Amino acid sequence: MSTLLRTFRLWTAMLALAGLALVATPAAPPSFAQQPSQVNPTADAVKEDQLLNQLRIINGRGTIPDVKSYNLEQPRGRDWRSFQEVTLPWIGAIAILGMLALLVLFYLMRGMVRLESGRSGRTIVRFNAFERFVHWMTATCFIILAITGLNITFGRKLLLPLMSPDAFTAWSQAGKYAHNFLSFPFTLGVVLIFLMWIGGNLPSGSDIEWLRKGGGLLRRSAHAPPAGRFNAGQKMIYWIVVLGGGAMAATGYMLMFPFYLTDVAGMQNTAMVHGIVAVLFVAIMFAHAYIGTIGMEGAFEAMGTGTVDVNWAREHHSKWLEDEAAKSRGAAPPSGARATPAE
Amino acid sequence: MARMKFLCDADRCIECNACVTACKNEHEVPWGINRRRVVTLNDGQPGERSVSMACMHCTDAPCQAVCPTSAIFTTADAVVLHSKDICIGCGYCFYACPFGAPQYPKVGNFGSRGKMDKCTYCAGGPEADGSKEEYEKYGANRLAEGKLPLCAEMCSTKSLLAGDGDIIAQIYKERVVKRGYGSGAWGWKTAYRETIAS
Repeated sequence: MSTLLRTFRLWTAMLALAGLALVATPAAPPSFAQQPSQVNPTADAVKEDQLLNQLRIINGRGTIPDVKSYNLEQPRGRDWRSFQEVTLPWIGAIAILGMLALLVLFYLMRGMVRLESGRSGRTIVRFNAFERFVHWMTATCFIILAITGLNITFGRKLLLPLMSPDAFTAWSQAGKYAHNFLSFPFTLGVVLIFLMWIGGNLPSGSDIEWLRKGGGLLRRSAHAPPAGRFNAGQKMIYWIVVLGGGAMAATGYMLMFPFYLTDVAGMQNTAMVHGIVAVLFVAIMFAHAYIGTIGMEGAFEAMGTGTVDVNWAREHHSKWLEDEAAKSRGAAPPSGARATPAE
Repeated sequence: MARMKFLCDADRCIECNACVTACKNEHEVPWGINRRRVVTLNDGQPGERSVSMACMHCTDAPCQAVCPTSAIFTTADAVVLHSKDICIGCGYCFYACPFGAPQYPKVGNFGSRGKMDKCTYCAGGPEADGSKEEYEKYGANRLAEGKLPLCAEMCSTKSLLAGDGDIIAQIYKERVVKRGYGSGAWGWKTAYRETIAS
């Protein structure tokens, strides 16, 4: 009985299997064909396009100590390139050539700002030896930093065609070292300038009047408005040097010690700030150098010998002259000078 | 002339780093400098992919455009090479490079960089092909011997392909069709302004 039952079960099972096979066979090919899509390994794979849309830098994990290398891709390098190749040279050319053109135009129209009352023959100390040393140390560094810096942006276009590639590299390499090393005395100079002249460079009420009258520079007949030791124009130069120089130093040291403080995006931004501030700084310093030399009679000696003619002081820094005179003896300005009261 | 390119099939890369080792050994690249590296994205998560990356030898290369001394040039095979005699180590090419390829030995003061070093597509430098100077500065010049870059030749899964751009793009396309998927040619859009439809 039990054997009969077992045989029956066996047959039933076999029949069932055969039936299943019959039913299953027609359906089998499509299920095999679909298999790759069921196990598509890219279904949730990272996609470049998607990552590029989400992130500006595609970053992953690497196995070498250099963490910068974990960035797989940063297409913004192309943007930085166009800044470096197009934007910065244009800003620089417009700022610097524009300033030079303005200065030439100004010189042709206004000429040298003369000492209207002539020289008195009496002088007064304007900058002591230390102040002049700091000024010229900073200025010398600035000029070399500016030339070697402009060489990086413009040298390839302007200088390289004129010399052999080897000579241009030798000059640029020396320029890079000069740029790196002179940053230290330049920074020191900016710090000293900040400290030693802060007293005379805080904004005051007379600055508005001075600026309103254009410093008396624009028209030949105009007298310079009264000013203390530094007039509003000089105060602007002071703050441009302190803040601009500070920005140049901060970004410069970040470029000099790359990747200590920031990643590649930060380094790109740092280089952009350094470049833009630099070309504007150079343009403004042309104006500073102009008014300190051929732009104004009697101005250069302030930083040259350190003394200025009393009449120069009266015409351009009347309040300062009064203060100095009051300080020295509590008396009126030297009598040798023409006693026209400043307006 | 062929237009040489690299293509990393990320669906095949197993992050074995053989390409990195092959490159280091072939060119005797010093410690601290990696001409090629493998980056793993979504590490340990579903969809993880590894990509072997080096200089992609870009069309209209950004490094070449920003170099202040014109040290970087493109050969007739569209390989981007550079002259270590002309380089001043300013570091600009690293900021411009979309793939982080330029490397600098740490020499001199501060963070100051030495002469830039990067993947040469195993094509040496401006010196005479196969000369001792060329080898010391840039490593082997396999291309001049009719061989392709060793990293790709060495790749155990043939994930990394090197050679004429049209041919490797064709190989990749065939793979994608055959296996039914492909996560794309990494970096091609940025480097060559083109993609391989998959």
